[in-house]
Amino acid sequence: MEETVQHFKKRSPKRKQERFGKTISLVATIFIVSIVFSILFFVASRGLRTFTEHGVSAIDFFAGTAWRPGEVSDAGEPLVGAFPMIAGSFLVTIFSALLATPFALGAAIFMTEISPKTGKKYLQPVIELLVGIPSVVYGFIGLTVIVPFIRQIFGGTGFGVLAATLVLFVMILPTTTSMAVDTLNAVPRYYREASFAMGATRWQTIYKVVLRAASPGLLTAVIFGMARAFGEALAVQMVIGNAALVPDSLTTPASTLTSILTMNMGNTVLGTLENDVLWSLATILLFMSLFFNILTRWIGKKGAMK
Amino acid sequence: MNDVKNTHPVYTIKDFNLWYGETQALKNISLEIPEKQVTAIIGPSGCGKSTFIKTLNRMVELIPSVKMEGSIHYKNEDIFKPNAKVESLRTEVGMVFQKPNPFPKSIYDNIAYGPRIHGIKDKKTLDEVVEKSLKGAALWEEVKDRLNENAFGLSGGQQQRLCIARAMAVEPEVILMDEPTSALDPLSTAKVEELIHELKNDYSIIIVTHNMQQAARISDKTAFFLNGEVIEFDATEKMYSNPHDKRTDDYISGKFG
Repeated sequence: MEETVQHFKKRSPKRKQERFGKTISLVATIFIVSIVFSILFFVASRGLRTFTEHGVSAIDFFAGTAWRPGEVSDAGEPLVGAFPMIAGSFLVTIFSALLATPFALGAAIFMTEISPKTGKKYLQPVIELLVGIPSVVYGFIGLTVIVPFIRQIFGGTGFGVLAATLVLFVMILPTTTSMAVDTLNAVPRYYREASFAMGATRWQTIYKVVLRAASPGLLTAVIFGMARAFGEALAVQMVIGNAALVPDSLTTPASTLTSILTMNMGNTVLGTLENDVLWSLATILLFMSLFFNILTRWIGKKGAMK
Repeated sequence: MNDVKNTHPVYTIKDFNLWYGETQALKNISLEIPEKQVTAIIGPSGCGKSTFIKTLNRMVELIPSVKMEGSIHYKNEDIFKPNAKVESLRTEVGMVFQKPNPFPKSIYDNIAYGPRIHGIKDKKTLDEVVEKSLKGAALWEEVKDRLNENAFGLSGGQQQRLCIARAMAVEPEVILMDEPTSALDPLSTAKVEELIHELKNDYSIIIVTHNMQQAARISDKTAFFLNGEVIEFDATEKMYSNPHDKRTDDYISGKFG
């Protein structure tokens, strides 16, 4: 008895190995978490300097419509109103999601319910390919095809929210579609069987059972697409025109948080208001993506079929 | 093959063959299934009994590589004739599956699903159908105060009776049951069996089971399937007391299974 106890108390090589593995994964986890938190802290602390160091009021920043960092208004206040970019970012995000969602849903339904064979064989690879195309390529195509096209039809320069929306639409379509496909595939087959067995048509089954059962996942897919649209910088910057104006039409040059950041980040001096205010924009971006993240998690939890 | 006395056949199957790709799953099946009776399909796993029952409401066609030959008549209508609507067949022939498969909806919406897809919108009519079906499936007393709760909150046995109620809500003539009690505990099984007993007054029931005692308890006629063939089809009592075929005898007495 005593011997057995001793035997189990002794550290076997297996146990050592196990401890080693655990330590490594723990260290890796701590490393990743600390990176995330230091980024958050770094960006936010820079971003907050606009308000603490330079005394810009939050209202002037979030609601102000004049963006000319480095200049001051007649009253001596710096002109750093970020509202045009915030509005631009939200507009292109919402429009591109509105445009992409029906197409993504339609494609996903086709690939899972109507013709799984064609879907797997042809559409799946195409969509995976689309996901992998670098955003600069999308932007370049937008610049050479979409912008002149809009210019021809609507006049003006062609740059603007509409061009950005169309480019983002193509960019988020594969993301949303492939997530929607996964969601629909995850709907158990026996839901469909139960519906068919009662004499439901295929469309009734899709509409009343499959889509309903998949709705939390589909919403997550849409939000993922929106997160991608919100965070996309390069492609948008190439086609939106980058004028820091509140967009009053879809075809006049506008800007987004990301496009102003990429345009100006190389041109400012560290510690100045011009630089810090860019960090403020970055902070908004960061918290928005955090928000999208939390939202998808929350939906996933709420929607997980009880 | 004994002929069926005193009742009309609800299904007449003649020389029916079915293949999954190259594998033949059903061989030369000829059966007449009586109306308003319980017909049990027994046989070891893989003998084609599930395939057979899924053919009766054409659910088997959801599997892509299926090929069929021969004829099946439901009440003198060829179910495979080109202009036959599979939806109307399935409306008259309900099905209960091996595992309880309620929708992720409320109890009420589960039952109302069938009537709704067939165009019934009136709330009062739906209320009546829901109550009638749940009463028919002996579930009403247990759930009448929580009709709007999610069906997943019910026990396995209750879920299966809910699925039976759901099938009844479209007022079918036939209810196909594919091993409806295999996922249930003995108590719930007893309840479902009792229910089947009552249902046969109004419905023709065809039940697949791997449980020979169950077939003996609840069925009027039994078909014994082996390797895709019907070995014997007879009144249940007769078959259990005096089987014609040696293989039936061996299976019933538990020599293989």
